Order: sequence, then C-alpha cells, then structure tokens
Amino acid sequence: MVVDAILSALSTVLTFQHIQYLMIGVVVGLIVGVLPGLGGIVGMSLLLPFVYGMEPTLALAMLIGILPVLSTSDTFASILMGIPGSSASQATILDGFPLAKKGQAARALSAAFSASFIGGLFGALVLTVSVLVARPLILSFGAAELFMLTMFGLSMVGVLSGSSLAKGVAACAAGLALGAVGAAPATGEYRMEFGTLYLMNGLPLVIVGLALFAVPEIGDLLRRNSSIAENGGTLGAGWKQGLKDTWLYKWMSLRLAGLGALLGMIPGLGGSVVDWIAYGHVVQTSRDKSQFGKGDIRGVIAVESTTASKDGGGLVPTLLFGIPGSGAMAIFLAGMVLIGLQPGPAMVSTNLDVTYTIVWSLALANVLGTALCIMLAPAIAKITIVRYPLVAPFMILVITFAAFQPNRSLYDLVALVVLGIVGILLRRFGWPRPAFLIGFVLATQSERYLYQALQFSGWSFFTRPIVLVIAAIIILSVGFSMYSQRKSGTKIEVEGKSAATLTQSMWPQIAFTLAVMALFVFTFFETINLSQLGRVFPVSIAVVGFGAALLVLWPQIRGNRASGAVFDAESKEVSDQLNAMTPLKYIGWLVGFVATIALVGYFLAVVLFFVAFLRLVAKSGWLQVLILTLLGAGLLLVMTSALNLTLPEGLLQQHYYDRLPWPLVS
Amino acid sequence: MQAITRRLKGAVAAALTVASLTVAAPAAAQDVDFSGKTIEWWIPFSEGGGSDVWARFFAPYLSRHLPGNPNVIIRNVPGGGSITGTNEFAARARPNGLQLLGTSGSTQFPFLLGDTRVRYDYADFEPVLVSPTGGVVYIPASFGVEDASQLGQIADQELVYASQGATSLDLVPMLAFEVMGLNVRHVFGMTGRGDGRLAFERGEATIDYQTSSAYLTNVVPLVEAGTAVPLFSYGVLDSEGNVQRDPSFPEIPHFIEAYEMMHGEAPSGVAFDAYMAFFSSGFAAQKPAMLPGGTPENIVQAYRDAFAAAVEDPELIANAGEVLGEYNQATGDEVVPLYEVATTIDPEAREWVRTYLSENHSVMLD
Repeated sequence: MVVDAILSALSTVLTFQHIQYLMIGVVVGLIVGVLPGLGGIVGMSLLLPFVYGMEPTLALAMLIGILPVLSTSDTFASILMGIPGSSASQATILDGFPLAKKGQAARALSAAFSASFIGGLFGALVLTVSVLVARPLILSFGAAELFMLTMFGLSMVGVLSGSSLAKGVAACAAGLALGAVGAAPATGEYRMEFGTLYLMNGLPLVIVGLALFAVPEIGDLLRRNSSIAENGGTLGAGWKQGLKDTWLYKWMSLRLAGLGALLGMIPGLGGSVVDWIAYGHVVQTSRDKSQFGKGDIRGVIAVESTTASKDGGGLVPTLLFGIPGSGAMAIFLAGMVLIGLQPGPAMVSTNLDVTYTIVWSLALANVLGTALCIMLAPAIAKITIVRYPLVAPFMILVITFAAFQPNRSLYDLVALVVLGIVGILLRRFGWPRPAFLIGFVLATQSERYLYQALQFSGWSFFTRPIVLVIAAIIILSVGFSMYSQRKSGTKIEVEGKSAATLTQSMWPQIAFTLAVMALFVFTFFETINLSQLGRVFPVSIAVVGFGAALLVLWPQIRGNRASGAVFDAESKEVSDQLNAMTPLKYIGWLVGFVATIALVGYFLAVVLFFVAFLRLVAKSGWLQVLILTLLGAGLLLVMTSALNLTLPEGLLQQHYYDRLPWPLVS
Repeated sequence: MQAITRRLKGAVAAALTVASLTVAAPAAAQDVDFSGKTIEWWIPFSEGGGSDVWARFFAPYLSRHLPGNPNVIIRNVPGGGSITGTNEFAARARPNGLQLLGTSGSTQFPFLLGDTRVRYDYADFEPVLVSPTGGVVYIPASFGVEDASQLGQIADQELVYASQGATSLDLVPMLAFEVMGLNVRHVFGMTGRGDGRLAFERGEATIDYQTSSAYLTNVVPLVEAGTAVPLFSYGVLDSEGNVQRDPSFPEIPHFIEAYEMMHGEAPSGVAFDAYMAFFSSGFAAQKPAMLPGGTPENIVQAYRDAFAAAVEDPELIANAGEVLGEYNQATGDEVVPLYEVATTIDPEAREWVRTYLSENHSVMLD
C-alpha cells in the first residue's frame, strides 16, 4: 500500500499542471523570502485567498511550493545585509554576514544554498519514512520533555556568550524578562503590559529579531558610508569554493539535517529556535572555534541545512495531529481545511497518497527553489556593491513593513524603534544579542512547559526516561564545549571586536549595565504582587539576571580592562575615521520617521522619508531621488494591495478618515 | 434556563414583528446595488484561524448572492485577543454596507464578562448570519465509565483538563464540569485544542473536548479502538431556544441529557444560567457576521437575503463538510433571536462567573 501510494503520488507530482502550480508557490516564496523580515506567514497569506475552489492537489502544490524556497531565499538578506531574512534564519547572520563583508558573499551563498538543498531533500526523505511511524515519537514528548528541550536551547547561551559568560547569562535573562511581557501562561494574569491591549499577548518575535539585528546593522553600514562588501566589487569568485565547502562538511550537514528534521517534528518548540540550537551545536562540537562569528563557513552550512530540513519534519505533526508547528503551518492547515482535507490519522491510511503528494512536492519545490536562487544570486548579490545610503531607505521600508505584520499597528513600529535602540546599545557594549534572542524566544515555552509538567506529573517528571536522556545531552554538550574551549583557549566572537579600551572612558558601559540592572529591578517589583504561579518565573529571572549583571558591573567599576566583561565598540579613533552618520543621528532619523507616520500615516511618511533621506544623507540628485522614491512607493503599494493590508495610521487619518483616498487610508 | 427561554421567546416575537414589517417592503432590498464595489469582511484574527477559514469559505457565496456581485475580500485585523480589531471596527466602520465584521466566541466572551478593554457593544451591530458549532466531551476508557449515567463513580476523583485559559473558549467546558459536579483540575497554557488532544493521548489530561470536525477525524478512531469514551456533546439550540442533540452526533446525549443521566433531574440555578450564556455564545451561536449599527434597513435585508440564498446554494452545500459541519446556519429571520442569546447575559449570572473566575483562577477583569 505504501509503495502504491508513493508511486501514485510521484505520477501526480510529475504532471505539467502540478509543476506549474508548484512553481507559483516557489516564485511567491522566493519573493517573500528575499524581502527581509517577511516569512512563511506572509507567503501563505498571499496565496490563501486563491485556494478555495481549487483542485485539492494543485492547491496543496501551490502552498507547499512556498516552504522550501523560503528557508533558502531568506539567506540572501541574512548573508548579504546582516538582516534576518526571516525569524528562522537569524543564526545565519553570525558567520554569513562577516563572510560577505570580507567579499566572500558568493562563497557563503553557494555553501548556504547547497547545504539548504541537502537539508531540504533529507527532510523530505525523513518525512517519507517517519510519517508512518512518528505517532508514538510525537506522543512521547509531553510537557516535561518539551521543557527539557527548552533547557537544551537555553544551554546554547553558554557557547553564544562570547568573551563573558556573565554578560551572556544577563542578556539571556533580559530576553526572558522581555518574553514574560503579556499574559502569564499559567494564570492568564497580565504582566508588565502597562494596561495596554498591544502588549497583552507579548511582543512579536519578528519585531524583536529585526530590532536586535537589522536596526543596528543598518546604522553601522550607514556610518561606514560605503558598500556592504568592504573591498568592493568581487562577487564572481567563490561559487565553486562554497560547493566544495559543503562537500567537505557533508557529514556534518547531514547530521544537522537529521537534528532539524527531528526538532521540526516535535510540536511545541517552534521553528525560530532551531537555527540557534544548530549554530550552538556546531560551535560546541568543533575543535577550532577561533573563526566562529568572524566568518566560519561551518556556521553557515550548519544553520542552513538544519532550517531547510525542519520544514519536512514540521509537516509531520501538522498532517498527523492537525497541530501546526509554526505560523506558516497554521495557514497551510487552514488551506487544507478549505479544500476539504482534515488532518488526522487518515493521512497515513486512506489519504496516504495525498500525504506522499505533499512529500514529493516538497522535494521537487526544494530542487526548483535552489535552482532559482542560484540563478538569481549574482544579480541579487550586486546589492553589496551599491553605495549603502541608497539601499538604506529600502531596507528601512521593508523592515518597518515586516514589523507591522503581526498586529498591523503603529505600536509595532514604536516597539521596533525602542528595541532597535536597545539592540544598538547591546551591540556597542558587547552584550551577546544571540543570547538575548534565545531568551526571548524560549521565555514563554520554558515557563509554560515547566508549569504544565509540574501540574501533570509533579516534580517526578525529572525521572522520565526521555527527560533524563535530554539532560545527559545537555550536560555532555556543555561539558565538551567547555573542555575544548579551555584546551584551545579560543572563544567565539559574537559581537565583533572591542575597540581599543585603554584610552576610553568607562562610564557609558557602566551606565548601560546599570540600566540593565534597573530592568531586572523593575521586573521584580512589577511581578512580585501577582499570584504564586504568575510571578515565580519573572521573579526568578530578575534575581538571576541581577546577579549576572552585578558580575558584569564589578570589573567595569574596577576598571579591569582585560576582563571579558569590559567592552565598548565606540572609541575616539573609531568615531574619527567614520563619516557623520553617528548612532545618535541615525536614531533621530528612525524616531523622526515613526513620528511622521504618527502624523500622516505610513504611506505619506514613506514618501517624505525617502525624499528627505536621499537628499540629505545620500546626497542624491533630484532625478535619482524621484526614481528611487517612486520605486519605494511602488513596492509598498504592490505589497499592500497584494496582502490587502491596513497600513499604520496617523492623526491625519483619524481626523479625515472619510475624505482621504487610498493609499492614504486603507 | 427559564429566564433564558423567556428572553429568547420574547426575542423571537420581536424578530417576527420586524420580519413582518420588512416583508411589506420587499422592494427595499432591490434598491441595493453593489456592482463594482469591494466589500471588506473584517476578521479580528490572523490568517489561518477558525474564523478566518469560516469567512473565506463564505466570501465567494456572499459575493455571488449580493445584488451586483461585489468583490468580497477578507481583512484580517489581529491582535489583543480579537478585542483590538473589533474595537477598531466599532469605531471606524461606516454604515454603508461595504464593511462587514465576523467575530467568534473569544470576542463575545470579554464583552459578556464586562472586560474593561472592550469598546464594542454587540447590541449596536446588525447581525446578518450566525454560524453554530459543536463539540464533544470525552474521557479515557480506563475509568470504566461507559456513559454519563455512570459519572457518579468518578465524582470524587480528580480529572485533568488541558485548557487554553480561563477566559478563552475553554470557559465553556470549565462551567460545564462545574455544573455537572465533576472534580476537574485545569492546566492552562495550551495553544489550541489540538494541544489538549495531544495531552489526552499522552495520558497527561484525563478529560477533553474537541470541536466537531476534529472529534470526527481524530477522536472517533480512539473511540473505535476502545481507548476513549464520549460523555456528552454541547448540543445546539433550536428556534425556541431549547438545547437539542447535535446533528453531527445524534447518538451522543447533549449536556442537559447527560446531567439528567448523572443526577436524575434537570439542571438549574445561577451556575447553570451562566453555563447556558457562555455555551450559547461559544458554541450554539459562535460566529456572527454583523454590519455596523445604523446601517439602513434595506442593506441589512440585502445581506440577510444573500446569506439565506448562499446557504441554499448547492455548491456551498456540497463543499460545506469540513468548515460548517452539519449545522443549520441561522439566516434571515432566525438570525436575530440566536444573536441575542449569544450576546447577552443575565447580570446575576455574569457576576457569578466573575466571582467564580477570580476566586478559583485569580482572574481579574478590571
């Protein structure tokens, strides 16, 4: 029966019509994936309106077509611009972007695509087999096991802390505290939401990811006032080198693809931490750690093969139990229901041929997607040799557009700018942003699963076999990593180099450390009066974070410049050689942009921002300003009408809602 | 129950009066013409949720049956647990028939509970369609309980329910268990009913419910394998406001029957009134589609006619399976009475639920 189903699915997939619809999905996925910050949710939402009334297998082909190309094409933004292409590819930045800056963008991209290709095919292969037998595996992961997996994720903070473990722990605790904003999983009590509706469900991951990585990176690139590739113009070479790299690390790539498929298969962990686990894992298990964070190709390969294979894994719980592993899967599920397919046990009995149609479509879409990305890569990679001030307004347009997708609210943009300033400061003072992000991503899950595990099985959950196995893996991997780190004496660099700290005043970093401590104090007093179950998590975080921050503060106050905790990327020498776009001015532009939106709404503000920025910062001529502004506005209008969006509104819209035409009101 | 039935009967009478008035002016709906227009159907949830699927399913038929065949598009306005989008609609939407709102039980509940963040009033909207849904409560076969009449055997045993939260749609099973006299511990933080079912299959939860289509595809196999036993369905409301068996599960007793099987008498009291209010809002009339308050009568009528024609559309009937189930969609004159039951609550029952939630689950609604 299984062989029949596989063969009949194969013959369905290889028809012209099927490939045609698959291709629609692939192209949409490619466009959405290339634009930073937009992910599977946007891609799926774009196609969902067309699904109803379509021939079921064609509709499935179209939706499935998006998935593999997304995790391939989001690499462009991560590697070329240092901006997370989607929430699932943040870890690619750590090594991919330094490679691009060194002028090795082509090598990084081809390694990423080939790793992604291997991972994607491997994921489909895993899906072929595991969909038949995964039921008991998925059922063996209860709240207790999921809690241990979140601990596994948090243990990666150890290797991602860079030069100061105390800073890593404190940054992670700050991320956890930010993640605790909103309704408490155990009681539904609202914590630190300042009485606003906006914060009641917590902050969206897209915003935090963009704020931490994209906002500081754009600022830094603007400051250098050159193109992204520092030595300019050499893209062509390296395509072959990247393929060789992947071939050299093929076993590592397959191992991580297996890990990705497994983690994707377990519902409840969420796709956005898998990349960090993969990155942490490869750092932990590598003997020579000296190049990580500065452009080690292994960092790119590991993350890409893992994220590509997790989609295949993620389909398993979606099809077998109707439990979506991610936001994109939730919409895929809706698409299935709209065409009359209800996921459940029948997907591996009476509907097995449909299941295998999905699996084969996934594999084929992976091949097509990789081919397209390779074809487009030379053209897209040219962006790294364009003068950055001309690129920046588009980047700011796209990241703000991506930021208001979750809530479609002006507050999304306020949150982006406020957290963006935090991101700039974290970067400047060498607080590891990956640790912060891991904390944020895992905050809700770790609290929820600990509480549920205790409710379901009491403290005895620690004696469950899978829990013990995961605990052993955590201890082994952290232990191995510490051992090899001590032996080689190298630590990874996640926040670049500290500037010469000898001549420089210490007060800015001390002030920032104090501000972080104030955050923990605030968390403590804001949540101490809640019920026992609602406060235990944030209060513990506040205490741990405060302690770790004290350990950071101590060498800073003593002025021990050799300590890993002392770090400041700013210095007189640095600021002298760079042009006039200081961080303060950059923040001023961002705040000004959001303030303009609050006055006249998003569309008009974008037009004004483009004109002002291109004239004053990029010093463009009027013709160039006109062309680029039209391009930006056109891009925005196409995206808005395709997604049928409401754009954030300002005072103008509030007062003259009825009299304004589209796109001033929407 | 009586209070609700009385109110319902009054509402039916009122609706019939309105209906008889509008029958006298059938030409009014003819004046409405939406040709070349685009109608935005606001859904205060993100893409892919139950309400989104429901609206997307209806949209092409609404377009086909409205005068002038306008383009009907879905506008998702997510955030704030659906309060944000509904607040915005209430403040923004113009009564010209070009904007329609579809909400769900999770939008109705904060309104019924008197949540201070709610700035919409269901009494202001003009309902044009009400879609019911249903669900079945089941327990593991290992308890040895064969049906609701034997529930007394486990009355003193603690059951575990995996819940999405005390003020979510899972408030309905919470009140049902409370009225029924079952000893249930609620473990919160599930992200969907699928999570709850998984917890049940893993043995972590020992009582669960699933909505109709999920029950049919995922729980019926467990029942057939002899590992799960259905206890009761929530049932549906007939046009007199009485609870009837769910048409998807004619062989399973509804809640009130199950209560009688267990206790030998019909349920009554303020807790039961509260259950009935939230059951109506969360299941029997879960998804209403509404026009803004003040929309001219002829436009409202055009919409009601369009939905009435849509649910008779043979193509819709053929495709309704997974989305609408076996349920009778309230259209035309049936809309108003069902809508009123779903969006109103006796003040005494409201106060009882608020006290219950704050005492048992420290939920503060102010």
